[in-house]
Amino acid sequence: MSNTAWEALSNQAVGAAGIVYFLALIVLIAEWATHRQVVVAETARATEGARGGVALAVRTGGDGSGVDVDAGAKERRSEFLGRLGLLLTALAAAVHFVALLGRGMAADPNRVPWGNMYEFTISGTFIVALIYLVLVRKYSLEWMAPLVVAFVVTTMMVGVIWLHAPVAPLTEALNSYWLVIHVVSAVIATGGFTIGGILSIVYLVKQRRGGDAGAPPGSRIPSLAVLDRTAYRVHSFAFPVWTFAVLITGPIWAHEAWSRYWNWDPKEVWAFITWVVYAAYLHARATAGWKGRNAAILACVGLATLWFNFIGINYFSTSSQHSYAGGELHSVVVSSDASPGPADL
Amino acid sequence: MTDVQDRPEAPAADRRRAGELGPRELARWSWRQLTSMRTALVLLLLLALAAVPGSIIPQEGVDALKVSQWKADHPGLTPVYERLGLFSVYDSAWFSAIYLLLMVSLVGCIIPRTFHYVRAIRAEPPVAPRNLSRLPDHTSYATDASVEEVLDRARLVLGRRRYRLRLDQDDAVSAEKGYLREVGNLLFHLSVIVVLVGFAYGSVFGYQGGVIVMVDGPPFSNTAASYDDFDPGSGFGADDLDPFSFTVDDFDITWLTKGSGAGTAREFKAAMTYREGTDGEEKTYDLRVNHPLSIGNTDVFLIGHGYAPRITVRDGQGTVIYDGPTVFLPQDPSFLSFGVVKAAGGLSADGTKTQVGLEGLLYPTFYLADNGTAVRTPATLFPALGNPLISMSVYTGDLGLDDGVPQSVYLLDTTKATQVLKPDGKPLRLDLSEGETAQLPDGLGSVTFDGVQPWVRVQISQSPGKRVALAGVVLALIGLCGSLFLRPRRVWVRARRREGDEGDGEGDTMVEVALLDRSGGADLSDVLDEIVSELQKEPR
Ligand code: HEM
Repeated sequence: MSNTAWEALSNQAVGAAGIVYFLALIVLIAEWATHRQVVVAETARATEGARGGVALAVRTGGDGSGVDVDAGAKERRSEFLGRLGLLLTALAAAVHFVALLGRGMAADPNRVPWGNMYEFTISGTFIVALIYLVLVRKYSLEWMAPLVVAFVVTTMMVGVIWLHAPVAPLTEALNSYWLVIHVVSAVIATGGFTIGGILSIVYLVKQRRGGDAGAPPGSRIPSLAVLDRTAYRVHSFAFPVWTFAVLITGPIWAHEAWSRYWNWDPKEVWAFITWVVYAAYLHARATAGWKGRNAAILACVGLATLWFNFIGINYFSTSSQHSYAGGELHSVVVSSDASPGPADL
Repeated sequence: MTDVQDRPEAPAADRRRAGELGPRELARWSWRQLTSMRTALVLLLLLALAAVPGSIIPQEGVDALKVSQWKADHPGLTPVYERLGLFSVYDSAWFSAIYLLLMVSLVGCIIPRTFHYVRAIRAEPPVAPRNLSRLPDHTSYATDASVEEVLDRARLVLGRRRYRLRLDQDDAVSAEKGYLREVGNLLFHLSVIVVLVGFAYGSVFGYQGGVIVMVDGPPFSNTAASYDDFDPGSGFGADDLDPFSFTVDDFDITWLTKGSGAGTAREFKAAMTYREGTDGEEKTYDLRVNHPLSIGNTDVFLIGHGYAPRITVRDGQGTVIYDGPTVFLPQDPSFLSFGVVKAAGGLSADGTKTQVGLEGLLYPTFYLADNGTAVRTPATLFPALGNPLISMSVYTGDLGLDDGVPQSVYLLDTTKATQVLKPDGKPLRLDLSEGETAQLPDGLGSVTFDGVQPWVRVQISQSPGKRVALAGVVLALIGLCGSLFLRPRRVWVRARRREGDEGDGEGDTMVEVALLDRSGGADLSDVLDEIVSELQKEPR
């Protein structure tokens, strides 16, 4: 296959993955809705029962079993839709992976598909989907599927519409295996932090809505304690990976390419800020008075700094290219791309 | 781990009245505040916040020229910002204060915890609490086995799961594991200090320098004066420079000519000859991006390249007043490059003293783009030297070259100069291909474009302490994983004989199992179920 064929394949796969994710989202929302009905039916039965055995006993058996069949069917339908939704998500993720593969094969020489923001976006969203699919059973995250899929499909479409760029070879400085390790770990950590951040956001929303007591009975969202614990576990997976990406492989690569392992340039500064905020999050979870709500807020702050670093900083630093200082000369060799790519992500 | 915050009150908090703290108590109180987890948390957040301005305001250490531009654009704010150290945030007093406080807090936190840990690691698991059902994760079941059988089985099961056991209770077993979590945590925090020490050492005793070296030009010898910019740490002396010299003999670029990446470079290679010391053996090295050359403690990096047109300026009398390669700076990936020539000390045809300044662009592969209108736009087709052309405006008069005021070699000060015009009154522009000469009007002289010489920019640095810093982060990461993934757990199993209901002596044994996760991050019900089902299995 030629490079252009691979590139076309990649573009089509991105489109196809987008469509399948979208279908998955619809199914998952439908599931959510049926679940609601089941809950309503169950509560109705529960309250009926509570009103007194007399009423129930008086009823004819036929009537009662009718209710049962109905609720049972709904429950089965809900379960079926849930499975289908996850299956579609997995299918979409597989197509998504083909898109990444195509992108890598289209470049000459073949390389990891992380040369620019478009590629970083589609890789990042793939990792979010993948991490979710890996964790869904382990942490019983089925309830989260619509949120994750909605995030993935939206971010992916933003990438396609605004960030799309044709395949280009990596500039020399990006041509380093340290970069591969660095970017892979940064993308994985970003995926993890994103899932953790969604959990923390749900925590905060649920808490505002009155916490466990205020939730409608049978609501699928787990209790605050479980949300908090799961968020912590996901974050505590992502944090060491981020440490590895930002404080080990990043500096090693920077040292080889730019001669300075840490230069306080805006990208590094924000990666450091993200790291410090998440360290504070981990501390907060172990500190009386900061547990729970404040920790969740810190997790959201961390997520904001993370995405700001990826999106915001790139636009920041392109605005100041007309300098004749040595510093700017770097860009000539090191990133001929006008916007610093994920090279220094 | 919460032990840190729940330290007992200072012994005999003195029989003084409240609010009457003596200096010792005050010191102790402050120390306790400083080393509390909450303070560490607040300091961490402060550190994150304090790092922000440095990413918005240009920084001396990152891009000195941007700083001077910023200062020129904001004369009002500049003194205020300077006072606050906002142009070098990461060396400023207030930034240092935050991280030094954090370090003090960290040390003050680690030392007592280390002692505490050493005591804890030797201690046996605690005696089973009286009422196991008070613990959040507990269960109980009845069995026919005797108390001894149950407890033996519990010791076996828990021992196999690598729990440390306490053996001096006859109705219960206490077990604990995950002692290494605390070690991991201490290792992590200690390593943070190691990293900082390595980093600080490097910035005090290291240096950074950059220089543009002409390909096939004169040798570079490693003295402070040879650098275009030289940024030593405060503890770095000029005699710490490793003596060496090198020349760049050849510079090769492989350009991509096809596909969507056409016009980008694939590979850069600067063939250099270097010599360690003053009379070392001559060696050669192909300097490439991502492949620095190490000489002694010094590393040499290839970080940029560009073109230097060779331009000769003759005055009105025909004397050469400027000559040689002039560094032009690339403006964008097409390598359209900008530069200036400043020629002083010439005489015009009528014998008056003149200065000639040229300012303009080099097009590596010049062509006129046809954009459909009558005026075609000059552009460069490719970044390699296909059809080089310089296009310069000419200035004369006072270019400020004799004032002794240092000037940037990349900018022409035209405030007191006059632009040379064509007879029709429009500004004169010299468009010269290689080998061409243009006469300047009014007997000012002539300009010749002789050719183009490439240059490379190398960065040269010593960063002592980098291995210490690296070792520090690696250890920190190991410690972090220990601290996050090891789960300190305690298990208690208690067995009690119950008499049979009917007094037939048949009775059974009531077993209670409780589990405590001291890191508070785990869902324990699975673990509890597993342990219980293993306990209930028939011993083989
Ligand atoms: C440079 C600043 C610091 C950083 C980057 C840092 C980072 C961390 C991290 C990542 C953890 C792991 C959290 C966990 O195990 O759940 C942690 C735990 C901890 N840190 Fe720090 N820390 C710093 C300073 C301090 C200071 C100054 C103290 C002393 C007051 C401190 C006390 C603790 C304690 C007690 C824990 C254990 C919490 C637990 O295991 O649940 N840290 N720290």
